[in-house]
Amino acid sequence: MKIGVFVCHCGSNIAGTVDVVRVAEAAKAMPEVAFASDTMYACSEPGQDGIIQAIKDKGLDGVVVASCTPRMHGPTFMRTVARAGLNPYMFEMANIREHVSWIGKDKEANTRKATDLVKMAVAKLAQNRPLFPSSFSINKRVMVIGGGVAGIQAALDCAEGGLEVLLVEKTTTIGGKMAKLDKTFPTVDCSSCILGPKMVDVAQHPNITLYANSEVEEVFGYVGNYQVEIRKKATYVDWKTCTGCGACMEKCPSKKSPDAFNEHVGRTTAINIPFPQAIPKKASIDRDSCTKFKTGKCGVCAKICPAKSIDYEQQDEMVTEDVGAIICATGYDLMDWTVYGEYGAGRYPDVITSLQYERLLSASGPTGGHIKRPSDGKEPKTVVFIQCVGSRDKSVGRPYCTGFCCMYTAKQAILTKDHIPDSESYVFYMDIRAPGKMYDEFTRRAMEEYGTQYVRGRVSMVYPKGDKMLVRGADTLAGTQVEVEADLVVLAVGAEGAKGSPQLAEKLRISYDSYGFFMEGHPKLKPVETNTAGVYLAGCSQGPKDIPSSVAQGSAAAAKVLGLFAKDQLQSDPQVSKVDIKRCVGCMKCAMTCPFGAIKELEHRGEIKAQVIETVCQGCGICTSTCRQGAIQLQNFTDNQILAEVNALLQSELEEA
Amino acid sequence: MSSRLRYAYYPGCSALGTSKEYDSSTRAVCEALGMELVEIPDWSCCGSSPAHTVDHRLSCALAGRNLALAELMEDVSAILTPCPSCLTNLKTASAKLKKPEFAAEVNKLLDRPVRATLPVKSVLQAIHEDVGPDAVRPKVFKWLTGLKLAPYYGCIMNRPPELMAFDDHENPVAMDQLMDAVGAETVSFPLKVECCGASYGVARRDIVENLSGKLLDLAALNGAQAMVTACPLCQMNLDLRQDQINAANRTSHRMPVFYFTQLLGLALGLGEKELGMNKLSVSPHPVLAGIESVGTAGKGARQ
Repeated sequence: MKIGVFVCHCGSNIAGTVDVVRVAEAAKAMPEVAFASDTMYACSEPGQDGIIQAIKDKGLDGVVVASCTPRMHGPTFMRTVARAGLNPYMFEMANIREHVSWIGKDKEANTRKATDLVKMAVAKLAQNRPLFPSSFSINKRVMVIGGGVAGIQAALDCAEGGLEVLLVEKTTTIGGKMAKLDKTFPTVDCSSCILGPKMVDVAQHPNITLYANSEVEEVFGYVGNYQVEIRKKATYVDWKTCTGCGACMEKCPSKKSPDAFNEHVGRTTAINIPFPQAIPKKASIDRDSCTKFKTGKCGVCAKICPAKSIDYEQQDEMVTEDVGAIICATGYDLMDWTVYGEYGAGRYPDVITSLQYERLLSASGPTGGHIKRPSDGKEPKTVVFIQCVGSRDKSVGRPYCTGFCCMYTAKQAILTKDHIPDSESYVFYMDIRAPGKMYDEFTRRAMEEYGTQYVRGRVSMVYPKGDKMLVRGADTLAGTQVEVEADLVVLAVGAEGAKGSPQLAEKLRISYDSYGFFMEGHPKLKPVETNTAGVYLAGCSQGPKDIPSSVAQGSAAAAKVLGLFAKDQLQSDPQVSKVDIKRCVGCMKCAMTCPFGAIKELEHRGEIKAQVIETVCQGCGICTSTCRQGAIQLQNFTDNQILAEVNALLQSELEEA
Repeated sequence: MSSRLRYAYYPGCSALGTSKEYDSSTRAVCEALGMELVEIPDWSCCGSSPAHTVDHRLSCALAGRNLALAELMEDVSAILTPCPSCLTNLKTASAKLKKPEFAAEVNKLLDRPVRATLPVKSVLQAIHEDVGPDAVRPKVFKWLTGLKLAPYYGCIMNRPPELMAFDDHENPVAMDQLMDAVGAETVSFPLKVECCGASYGVARRDIVENLSGKLLDLAALNGAQAMVTACPLCQMNLDLRQDQINAANRTSHRMPVFYFTQLLGLALGLGEKELGMNKLSVSPHPVLAGIESVGTAGKGARQ
């Protein structure tokens, strides 16, 4: 075999602490190396051209590039090698940047280590065999999980692009958090007026199937060919016949049921439609509040329903759907602010969350858009907003900035003045973070035109004093302590990943962080992809975002799916496990350890053998280390290849001794 | 927990002077509840407020001497102190002495080495956790029905939470539950853990007049007839200085400020003299006279 070795300077990234010329010289002496040189930037166009030229001039059979991480540039160089006419798997990479030059300053030691890594790569490459991908067809349907604004946008864009879309939403209506907002910043336009038409589009689009009140139970398969089990939760109303007339809501006797859509500032009926613009506009029964379910007596809704849609016996229903890609847009939840003992930990009715305040401001909210404080229904004249409740606060485990609280607080302060002209608003803040288009101008308007008092400092304590809430805090610009007697206190509560995100992430086999947000493929260059092919992210499921960013990411995820589905066939990665049928004794230990369910039993001449489903195999290699016979081998990482690497390394150890 | 509750008792300096009634009522209540308090022989100052501002080793040595003396006592499960300030010092020293190098430095200053293995608790914590409100209830001799109290814990009984490890540091409830158990009514009092001004009473009386004034104002506003405390310094600021506070803030509070042990003792049927009711500056008698004498529990504290 004729192997070529290219040692990259990476500017001073590698050459600064590794003697790359010496590494290249040493490579020349390695077995089967026919050519070795150092190169300034191997990944640059002239760098790649140099590799191609050398392959052609020297008739090389394989190439080792000693440079940076294969995660970043492995695919780049595999394409280079392929352009020169070699099989792309006749290529190995030695990571002498992250593993050597960036972590040590001793040039002598670094040079030795880099040489060892190159030696290992050469030894492995000498054992490489050409690998060829196989093709498989894809199912051009997409599932969007989460019907908030990001999910709606992604679903509509995919549907407009001609794809069949399944939109799975766990609550009884789509719209998500945006549907709960009264107005949006910085334009102060009505939230449901701009979202409503999009929600209707979802309902009417011929390519979109909406699964409301449904949750993803299980996900099997791989990119292009996923099978999804969806649980359609019982609503105790037949949605096929329910017309959404609302007669049941009018007559339902249990009128004090918890109202999740109104963030529990209002009460609703046990059978209800969450809000007038709900999509689908269908009633459902909250069985924890329903008298019929609790005592067996009542049944008023069944008697009154003109469409005879009430069905107290309804059960959850399981549906299996096949899709080729999944967009995850499950959004966020407010962090549990009742950990803040100093703000009353949920004990004071007149200390509410920002989202509860939105419902008080909203014309479709429990107070009809009149701001009334929860304790006595009085109109507040002094409202205090406290920012960063559960944002940028390590003490409650939320060190990150949620990013949209500064803006919605400014909006709520402006709206407060609009609703109650003789009111006063105070905002206790740490910094104002308003980096979007027209954002800083907006917060300034809150201060300058609407006279909102911005006080830079933390609030140490909120407590009731008579019928007022006393807010005690610091003004760190004036260097004094301040006390404000407020009628209502609104906490700008920070965001965390939606409840249940970790469980969903495990079903989708994607990563999530300690705050419940899903991890993108690369923080900069793969913002909507995940590390699982065919699964994409949109909106706040990836991190807190405002509406414009959520919509943009929804469209971006849709574009990724459309791009994926532009091909009729996908190629599978040939770096998968393969069974040597002669060696396999059919113990199926490999199948037991495979986390992806990629190994099935095969009957071969009357004997049980293991067989790898190539498209499901992720190339992790667990089966390889399990097999006592050495019968199952991960292609490109066979036992022989790994042993060759170890031998190459130990050989140099022996020489040093 | 052994069936016999036996503790090393550390009264602290204020128990000998400004808060004799806290000490005497503590001893009496503990006896009535079956808790045996054995005073640590030859105990000395815990270091109080000044020592730790001067030298951490000295401060820990002062507290450590008392810890070491308690360790010599037989068959005691914990060190109890009524005073939150002593509690802080003893607990801080116990925590710091866990570091061997530091402990070695401190031991150089002591006659005998300290191991700091005995747990340190406030009397409030011991009554609440080792006896408990449910065990107090059947021993009530006289229900304190109709007595509306603002429970006030002071700023250091529960804080810092990692060190004190007792109750909720923003909204403690131990004293509330004990008062409820003897029939008194606790009003909502959100300033439970606010500062009373502490020892600023000496240097900057205006600070105490301001901070303690707020406490009295809110207690009165929320309908309390009296306050109930667990700290000698808080009690002194609120009770002894109440006239000064009234004069500075143009208020006219006549708010008795009890130690929780005094009210527990009263409910358990102990004598007013034993409980030191006569030591309070603001007379508690108008308030105590208002307690409805609805039935007695029959059993009584001393069976």
